[in-house]
Amino acid sequence: MTEFFATLVTVLDSTIRLSIPLLLACLAGLYSERAGIFDIGLEGKMLAGAFAAGAAAFVTGSAWAGLGMAIVVAVGLALVHGCASITHRGNQIVSGVAINFIAAGSTIILGQAWFAQGGRTPSVAADARFNAIELPGTAAMRDVPILGQLYSELLSGHSILVYLAFLSVPFTWWVLYRTRFGLRLRAVGENPAAVDTAGISVPWLRYRAVICTGILSGAAGAYLALAMNAGFVKDMTAGRGYIALAALIFAKWRPVPAMFACLLFGFLDALSIRLQGAPLPIIGRVPVQLMQALPYILTVILLAGFIGKAIPPRAGGVPYVKER
Amino acid sequence: MSVPYAKLPRWVDYGLIPLINLIVAFAVAGLVVLLVGESPLRAAAIMVEGAFGRGQNIAYTLFYATSFIFTGLAVAVAFHGGLFNIGGEGQAYVGGLGVVLVALNLDGVFPWWVNFPLAVIGAGLAGALWALIPAYLQAKRGSHIVITTIMFNFIAASLMVYLLVDVLKPLGQMAPQTRAFAEGAQLPKLNWIIELFGARIRSAPFNISFLLALLAAFGVWVLIWRTKLGYEIRTQGHSPKAARYAGIGEARIIIITMMISGALAGMMALNPVMGAQNRLQLDFVTGAGFVGIAVALMGRSHPVGIVPAAILFGMLYQGGAEIAFEMPAISRDMIVVIQGLVILFAGALEHMFRPAIQTFFASLGAGKRVTAAREGRV
Repeated sequence: MTEFFATLVTVLDSTIRLSIPLLLACLAGLYSERAGIFDIGLEGKMLAGAFAAGAAAFVTGSAWAGLGMAIVVAVGLALVHGCASITHRGNQIVSGVAINFIAAGSTIILGQAWFAQGGRTPSVAADARFNAIELPGTAAMRDVPILGQLYSELLSGHSILVYLAFLSVPFTWWVLYRTRFGLRLRAVGENPAAVDTAGISVPWLRYRAVICTGILSGAAGAYLALAMNAGFVKDMTAGRGYIALAALIFAKWRPVPAMFACLLFGFLDALSIRLQGAPLPIIGRVPVQLMQALPYILTVILLAGFIGKAIPPRAGGVPYVKER
Repeated sequence: MSVPYAKLPRWVDYGLIPLINLIVAFAVAGLVVLLVGESPLRAAAIMVEGAFGRGQNIAYTLFYATSFIFTGLAVAVAFHGGLFNIGGEGQAYVGGLGVVLVALNLDGVFPWWVNFPLAVIGAGLAGALWALIPAYLQAKRGSHIVITTIMFNFIAASLMVYLLVDVLKPLGQMAPQTRAFAEGAQLPKLNWIIELFGARIRSAPFNISFLLALLAAFGVWVLIWRTKLGYEIRTQGHSPKAARYAGIGEARIIIITMMISGALAGMMALNPVMGAQNRLQLDFVTGAGFVGIAVALMGRSHPVGIVPAAILFGMLYQGGAEIAFEMPAISRDMIVVIQGLVILFAGALEHMFRPAIQTFFASLGAGKRVTAAREGRV
């Protein structure tokens, strides 16, 4: 029993670790998509952010400089997306695809040119990374059965970005549902003409939304490069941007369910790593590949409307034309 | 404030604007090369030399182009129906399954010219079926096709890894791939065509599926512009409302369009699997499904544009390898950057230069009218 409990805590612990990049990217997508700008470029922004974080942290020796650089680069890409889809009324999907490719290629090219390690950044020293923080009282709580173990193993011992990511869930909820900016943001995603009639600039509002997207996806990248790993490795996002997108749909574009969706997908990931093809009770042996594909399959089933219906923001994907 | 997009002469719309977009994309790619500390002009020279310098290189360029024609056509057909099929990568991957089903079972039985048409059907069918589920979900349940096709790319990747590792791999072999096909499932090479022009080719995988790709391009032209179905597809793409009013079955068109698109993407598998590697390998698609998006956008979804665009990307793939060899600072991933920039400028930012060009042509037109009035002709 205690052994099972210990395993459970380990799996849940890695669930938290693995779901943080999803959560940050998912919340990033939420701002943009709630404002009516589809963003399948989360993957690219995250990847570029991870590279910038790895490079800057290696050069400056400061994790915070890495995070800052990641945010700058990701916001830059978000503005390219904004320029294409808001100002020039281009196809938002096409623009997102383009950003993914530009990020995937240029991170490797620049990494190779600057560091000559086959597209990786050199490994970042421990003091230039976001390290685990011991919450107060961890040592004292360790001996208390169950609750103490949960506190010391599960809640404590994560990097500051993990706590910030979880804090950004209620923060996003507050911004969306309790501020004027949030109300307008949601309105511009549903009916931009109404927002325009009220005398509020639709482009400026949407630009602010994509900037928020850039900040959060940059943070997701920084987490990958400076907290989960010690530096940037090529293609390190490995489809997480798309899983975050899936989680966003799964959560029906709401912040708190988004957190649970990301935790669910993180849990599936942690479980598939833990099991490695070992047989499960009752079900028997499940192929690793099936576990890896499960988030995508679940999202398709959800999209098909078999587990509730996911209705996207109504003006999503449609460029706003002021007159005519 | 917003200027409506007025009509421009056809050659501007289909020639000048895409050309400007393309030049800008390559100029930005040149900046990246400059940033890396190499000369963009020298890189371009190496690339062209590497792609067309010798018969060998031309054969490789056309080999890559073959795959991109298929995937470009796949994306283009879906575009005409107003659908964005990002799932070409997965459909091509699963298309490989259709190819090996034929190849592994019949390669010792029939000669290649019997197996080839069967494999075409197998590949097309497998790709079409992989596109069917997202198509059905879009048509009947309104699930966004972009998201479902992305998800299906990942599901396809997992499925194929599972099949290659646990099912198709012969016993006692380490590498996750099928056994090599016998001669009956190897496509004849077309290298002799290039050798007719006096070039010597040692070995290159340029094969007969290139002709199939050209045939498919012609077939897509006939389908989209010369048949009732094509007319319905274009109507649906232009205005779903008008299509509904005209009594065109929306669900039917979505499903048929996506299945044609999936079949074209699936046929891409013939080229590497039966034409080059003679076995099914892990990740044999290597991004060709995504290159199709760039090819379709660059070729403006018309076969006449898609074939040269595919050859251009074939050139980038082949020439890019040469650049990586000559300039160690630039790896093959430069192609991915160029691909992204082409998608950005020819796709998402296609209207960026339009207002300026419009103003220019409007002022030209106004000038003409003024001269005409002065000469008393109006």
